[in-house]
Amino acid sequence: MSTNPEMEALINQKLDELLPKKLEALLQEREESKTPSMTIIATKGTLDWGYPPFILASTAAALGWDVTVFFTFYGLQLVKKDISDLKVSPLGNPGMPMKMPFGPDWFKSINWNIPNIVQANIPGFEAVATGLMQQTIKNNGVAGLAELRELSQEAGVKFVVCQMTVELFGFDHADFVDGMDYVGAASFLPVAQKADVNLFI
Amino acid sequence: MNFDKELDARGLNCPLPILRAKKALGELTTGQVLRIIATDPGSVKDFAAFAKQTGNELLSSAENNKEFEFYIKRK
Repeated sequence: MSTNPEMEALINQKLDELLPKKLEALLQEREESKTPSMTIIATKGTLDWGYPPFILASTAAALGWDVTVFFTFYGLQLVKKDISDLKVSPLGNPGMPMKMPFGPDWFKSINWNIPNIVQANIPGFEAVATGLMQQTIKNNGVAGLAELRELSQEAGVKFVVCQMTVELFGFDHADFVDGMDYVGAASFLPVAQKADVNLFI
Repeated sequence: MNFDKELDARGLNCPLPILRAKKALGELTTGQVLRIIATDPGSVKDFAAFAKQTGNELLSSAENNKEFEFYIKRK
């Protein structure tokens, strides 16, 4: 077969010019038509740490994303039927402001810097702190955790639960809300692999 | 501006205004307009981002007296 070197060079040059642009346009088109997706690993079971997974999951679902949340270890607390008893502890948590949700403004703005040794020795300190946090949440028009969870499920967020930790902590499937899959890491990881956003909370 | 449905999101905080708006838009048909009133200052940027991501058109976004008013046309 005889080839014309000049012709071949010309074709190659033309292809080098055109192909990258064509490819980029195709990739962009594919990117835009793809439904974004997110997976979250929820590992914490306190009132404060319960918020990020449900806020992000429900919002992503509202934006039209496919969302899967994998609940494991203490995150199992977040999918129990009744989550009104979740607590928050300021003990050993120096990042948590301790402010009163009532009284005049000057009083509300005080940050009560209570030493750990005191917090640890007052019976019921955690319960009081949790009560104050719940009142603050209410005062600020922030949704309740159970409401956010319900909105997430309504919006099609998929909940999957780590079966190993269910057994480890002696839970029963009947302890948890309906509509969940009980799986292992091997089932979750392939979903996470395909997701655009992966969060560990 | 004319609208077909109204959502009062006053006093609600992130992410509730967006979640309620998404739900309200779902009850409209293509081309219909939702009016939203909110007090969350973060909602100004959030509704712009929501509209951009979901393809529903943000017709207007205005502030008066610490209240925010949005008009969104359903895709």
